[in-house]
Amino acid sequence: MTARKITAPGIPRARPSFYLRYMVEPYVYLSPALVLIALVMLVPLVIGISYAFQSVNLLRPIETGWTGFDNFRTLWSDRKFWLALTNTFWWTAGSITFQFFLGLGLALLLNTSFHGKRLVQALVFLPWAVPTFLSALTWAWLFNPTIGPLPHWLAALGILPEPFNILGDPNLAMWGPITANVWFGIPFFAITLLAALQSIPGELYEAAEIDGASAWQMFTKITLPFLAPMIAITVMLRTIWIANFADLIFVMTGGGPANSTQILSTYIFTTAFRKLDFGYASAIAVALLGLLLVYAAVLLVLRRKLVKI
Amino acid sequence: MSAHRHSSPLAITGKYLALALYVGFALFPLYWLAKIAVTPDKLIYTEGTALIPSSFTLENFRSVLLATDFLFYFRNSLVVSITTAAITTCIAAAAGYAFSRFDFRGKRLVVAIMLITQMFPLLMIIAPIYKIVAAVGLLNSLTSLIIVYTAFNIPFATFLMQSFFDGIPKDLEEAGMMDGCTRFQALRKIVLPLTLPGLGATLGFIFTAAWSELLFALMLINSNDTMTFPVGLLTFVSKFSVDWGQMMAAGVLALVPSCLFFIFIQRYLVQGLTSGAVKG
Repeated sequence: MTARKITAPGIPRARPSFYLRYMVEPYVYLSPALVLIALVMLVPLVIGISYAFQSVNLLRPIETGWTGFDNFRTLWSDRKFWLALTNTFWWTAGSITFQFFLGLGLALLLNTSFHGKRLVQALVFLPWAVPTFLSALTWAWLFNPTIGPLPHWLAALGILPEPFNILGDPNLAMWGPITANVWFGIPFFAITLLAALQSIPGELYEAAEIDGASAWQMFTKITLPFLAPMIAITVMLRTIWIANFADLIFVMTGGGPANSTQILSTYIFTTAFRKLDFGYASAIAVALLGLLLVYAAVLLVLRRKLVKI
Repeated sequence: MSAHRHSSPLAITGKYLALALYVGFALFPLYWLAKIAVTPDKLIYTEGTALIPSSFTLENFRSVLLATDFLFYFRNSLVVSITTAAITTCIAAAAGYAFSRFDFRGKRLVVAIMLITQMFPLLMIIAPIYKIVAAVGLLNSLTSLIIVYTAFNIPFATFLMQSFFDGIPKDLEEAGMMDGCTRFQALRKIVLPLTLPGLGATLGFIFTAAWSELLFALMLINSNDTMTFPVGLLTFVSKFSVDWGQMMAAGVLALVPSCLFFIFIQRYLVQGLTSGAVKG
């Protein structure tokens, strides 16, 4: 490797060159990764933030230029933005709650022994490997009364008055993408929590059993405390990820009907992709980034207050 | 585990019932996709919502493969995904090796930068990337997608590779270096053969990620010649939205590479992967 040739001139070779090599060599291995990340992610990130303070609209190329906080002023009085913000909250909260509890349930089940475990494990994890655009299309089709069974089942159960497509109803449409997201996300939580469950020493349960603890006591006194750190970190990361996750909604409803499923990330994408208004899209993106940073900061402070190490 | 040794028959029934519900929930949408794909066109409206169609056909697959451009999209997606996976895995293996074997100045900063790239909304850079790609004249080319996807996937792949390298004892290569190997020879002859499963898993992950990416492909590609599978399928859906059978047949085809990968990766899922990769 090229790093081996780097030696400081005039200095006895043995020690310093070894030191230099040890300092420089890792960067030789890292450089392709760092260069690509810098060029494709960090530089565009800075440019993207700067777009938020400019007028950049491919459909109106003459009006390009710095506009200060104009985009944010427009944002503040944009009813669609506030609606998208509220929707982002419901989308994220709804998805993460169901994903987490169903995922935890699955992990607890898979942590016991039963017949055909390997097969069951493979089958329940399968949705995780399905490409997101395909999950979105499949669920959109399932909710379609012409070819999908769900509206008919919901009507038969009395949940819907008649079999119609809930994706077309502004009051119910959000449940469509949330369902798809829960389906898609349960395996992730199950895999992560199952790994954490398997790291709990079995002797603890044996000791508890000898002491006459009930299953519920073992769950709350041993399992939950051991899982807590893993739960905290996965829920936090997953929340950020879901808030940023636009594919499912974009494919299933495109943000409609009447913006009832528009979340901030789909709003960013449609503004950039359909209207080609890059300045405004970047302003929404900066707002979303700010909100996520606040969320992460609050969680970190809470964690420091609650968990005393 | 041992807590359930003395479970009552009722609890056991409940457990199997719950497992059956999970399996049903996981498989049902995929079953439905496949079912509509093999239902003959004339039966779709009469028994579109029946659980099992009264007759089967492979006609939809035939017309998707022969009468539409899907084979072409399939090829484009394969080119993008395989190239992305190969390049990303090489770059990430080098970076992961550096993280695993060296303690160097600036390491915390580099790790922090990589973590941050996993957090911020990727859509934030969709506009700048479009502008840059347009400026260098790479719009509608698969190359731009390969470069973008490679960069996006490097951080995760690096942490994944690091966890695989961490699992290989340092002593092995140190012994090799004692015996006169250079570090690079030790890496090539001793460490690399041991990381082959890890390399395979990383390849698979990046392949699936690139295979599923939709939004950047939509933004950067609009000519029919260079459409990837997701973009092609979505365009097809918005154009021919009544051709249910063909759409679902195309969907089933999109599922094939992912499922192959999944079968391959399945055994690593809980043991190796999560213990290292998620802790980061």
